Amino acid sequence: MVPRTPPEVGGMGHSVKRKEDARFIRGKGTYVDDIQLPGMLYLDIVRSPLAHARITKIDTSKALAIPGVLAVITGADLAKYNLHWMPTLMSDTQMVLPVEKVMYQAQEVAAVLATDRYIAADGVDAVEVAYEPLPVVVDPIKALAPDAPVLRTDKTDKKDNHIWHWEWGDRAATDRAFAEADVTVRQDIYLPRIHVASIETCGCVAHFDRVADKLTVWMTTQAPHAIRTVFALVAGHVGLAEHKIRIISPDIGGGFGGKVPVYPGYVIAVAASVLTGKPVKWVEDRMENLQADSFARDYHMTCELAARKDGTLTALRIKTIADHGYADAAANPSKFPAGLFHICTGSYDFQAAHVEVDGVYTNKPPGGIAYRCSFRVTEAVHAIERMTDLMAHHLGMDPAEFRLKNFIRPEQFPYRSALGWEYDSGNYAAALRKAMDRIGYAELRREQAEKRQRGELMGIGISSFTEIVGAGPSKHFDILGLKMFDSAEIRVHPTGKVIARFGTRSQGQGHETTYAQIIAEELGIPVADIQVEEGDTDTAPYGLGTYASRSTPVAGAAGAMAARKIRDKARKIAAYLLEAAEDDLVWEPGRFSVAGAPHRFKTIQDIAFAAYTNHPQGMEAGLEAVSYYDPPNLTYPFGSYICVVDIDKGTGQVKVRRFVAVDDCGNIINPMIVEGQIHGGLTMGLAPALYEEIAYDENGNIQGGSFIDYLLPTAVETPRWETDKTTTPSPHHPLGAKGVGESATVGAPAAIANAVVDALWHLGVRHVDIPITPAKVWKLLREKGVSE
Amino acid sequence: MMRVQLTVNGERHEVEVEPRLLLVHLLRDVLRLTGTHIGCDTTHCGACTVLLEDRPVKSCTVFAVQANGKRLMTVEGLERNGTLHPIQEGFVQEHGLQCGYCTPGMMMTSYAFLKRTPNPSEDEIRHAISGNLCRCTGYVNIVKAVQYAAARLQEGGA
Ligand code: FES
Ligand code: FES
Repeated sequence: MVPRTPPEVGGMGHSVKRKEDARFIRGKGTYVDDIQLPGMLYLDIVRSPLAHARITKIDTSKALAIPGVLAVITGADLAKYNLHWMPTLMSDTQMVLPVEKVMYQAQEVAAVLATDRYIAADGVDAVEVAYEPLPVVVDPIKALAPDAPVLRTDKTDKKDNHIWHWEWGDRAATDRAFAEADVTVRQDIYLPRIHVASIETCGCVAHFDRVADKLTVWMTTQAPHAIRTVFALVAGHVGLAEHKIRIISPDIGGGFGGKVPVYPGYVIAVAASVLTGKPVKWVEDRMENLQADSFARDYHMTCELAARKDGTLTALRIKTIADHGYADAAANPSKFPAGLFHICTGSYDFQAAHVEVDGVYTNKPPGGIAYRCSFRVTEAVHAIERMTDLMAHHLGMDPAEFRLKNFIRPEQFPYRSALGWEYDSGNYAAALRKAMDRIGYAELRREQAEKRQRGELMGIGISSFTEIVGAGPSKHFDILGLKMFDSAEIRVHPTGKVIARFGTRSQGQGHETTYAQIIAEELGIPVADIQVEEGDTDTAPYGLGTYASRSTPVAGAAGAMAARKIRDKARKIAAYLLEAAEDDLVWEPGRFSVAGAPHRFKTIQDIAFAAYTNHPQGMEAGLEAVSYYDPPNLTYPFGSYICVVDIDKGTGQVKVRRFVAVDDCGNIINPMIVEGQIHGGLTMGLAPALYEEIAYDENGNIQGGSFIDYLLPTAVETPRWETDKTTTPSPHHPLGAKGVGESATVGAPAAIANAVVDALWHLGVRHVDIPITPAKVWKLLREKGVSE
Repeated sequence: MMRVQLTVNGERHEVEVEPRLLLVHLLRDVLRLTGTHIGCDTTHCGACTVLLEDRPVKSCTVFAVQANGKRLMTVEGLERNGTLHPIQEGFVQEHGLQCGYCTPGMMMTSYAFLKRTPNPSEDEIRHAISGNLCRCTGYVNIVKAVQYAAARLQEGGA
């Protein structure tokens, strides 16, 4: 796309350097832990060493004897205010602090309030808790057995560990298609529990001002407005009204979904501040972050694919057991307990499909949130892309040819999928062909054949994913009843400078720059003259926040629409100033001129000044607008990724030699930022494919609870990503944009897994669950008798 | 309590600290230099990297008292008299940061590395920053930022 604005304006298509960088490179950002208020107290949390146990005693006396320890807060204390339980976003309940039982290892048991963070930690060590162990349920499949201990005894009517059953699609048509199929394949696929592990952990500073009767919370949250409403609803009975609550989401050190939920630590800090009238800081450490905050995935899927002999895909069937831990604390739109998992027909044209998901309770931390992904889309993409590859290999077809044969064709858009989604636009073959050219696919296949002769293990993996982002049309999407629109408010000052506020919250995506570029595009005002603010509920318009790649699709669209309202008013003012009819005016970025007389013009800056100094009679003064944008549909970014792996037969190590990513996110606002998002997303795709997993032993002890054994890729493991793009605009988004922050995380793991299986197929390997660790591969190689 | 004297970014400080106080907390909570961050409790992430006598250290794993009598440099010391250091410029120009949380540590590690290795290969850069985790950028642009700074420093940029 050729930019319509000059570089000094910096509208869409310019790689404008980021405005936010100025503070970050000087160490002048303000993250939650940077906030220090006079008289501030520190909160630290006592956690359970056991995965399931009855609490028989909490002895706080030794802790309280430590100078500087002011209080030890227990579940019994919170119960007095009915704050010991809280609702989750999925209408389940979870404990703030337990009164009776702990349900997972590292669960909050009590909180120590002290004058200093070291003293608070001393206090935590000194609290003595006596437990009576209870039987631990770790495996969600065993949790469904009739004789399994029932975990949620707090729910008096609950007789098992089954949370919900959800299904979608046409079961009868799918069964018929399978019965009629020439070929079917079936595979169990497990997507393990993982954690977003943003480098900044979670925390808050809660400050209840008794004089103003107002609560201010600086909080690591991706959705400050929704959080304010939740606080008002949950704590209304203790006198917290919504206009007396201010949530500030300051600079956020990465979110990726992990900063959507409300964690017990926030609630305890708020309660402690309300009770003491002092500011209270709670910041979790890394181990608490990994061990207790919401996890992602943990999907046990059984996938089946049906096809005709000629390689035409006909039907898809998936059954899933979703391990939610002891509470369903996912962050999905209310209607969809399995999120957007039913995007699982992916990029292919199916006759029929059917999916079933069952949510299950186990003795693990609650969650089911995203890992840089739009509501379970990675699970869906992994299933379909692994299965497509399996079918192609099974039929002896090249996986690229097989995909090209089965893709939804460009002329089929808008396309209604077998599971009911209406895909807005796409050109899947173009993206795959571009990736094949870029990586030299045919040549690589030749190299692979030669290497195989010599006994070397090399694999080529493809993933041609379709994403579904930008929730959502409010008809179908809400969180706790709050419709998933988003908002922008733009004010043009008399001198033509702008302040714009949005309902979202950047966590590194660069909103201060991209949103300014959207306004620059629409109004022709230079990016340098536009200040963007988000994250303060006292000043920003209400919005649902930043997750599921919804900022550009929803809030970005709101920005464009608000700017267009301003332009409409500016046209009226220009007509008045130029003494011309509105219809005779021509807009080009930054000015209105009279048609046929280009020297008669008014710049947007002239018009802004007139809006406050010389506006037409009968018109309101000022130049500002608000938009609450409710998207007519979701957007469907897509892409094709191809990677090459080499496998070391001595160690089982998988090395990603090359990785080409061709993404299509529609029209691009800032190419530099988009590329950066893709690099980051790819790395968060590599991570669970090869390294990251949070596992539990049979007693519910966590493995992967610190950076010692939860392995984030460093610069050494991360390949040099090669990126490219195609551009298929969204037909319904005002700017033709689609959203991109998560595409790569969603698409990359399947490409890597497919490459590994491709390398080992001739040995009889049909599937490997991620993370594909050296130990796992080495074991396989040994079984097949080829390890060295 | 113990008395500690130290120089941070050219400024002398004298403070009373508990022997167990970590250097990172001295910098952040006492001296209020909050550009140095904390990202873990096992010395893995490098968000807390500062220079102690010109050598990069993870300040979460150094006691404040160990810095007694020593010279420190933090991210706040990179800019001199209103001029950015080439490493800071590099991070902006090459989009080497997103959320900015790992950035100060990354820059301090890179700063010390480029002093030792003024003309590094890509592999050397990747190894040099492998003690610093970034969850946002995928490292490609961080590598470019360091290359940018190396080129500028070779030209005599700072
Ligand atoms: S805080 Fe992670 S290494 Fe120091
Ligand atoms: S920029 Fe966010 S962790 Fe590196």
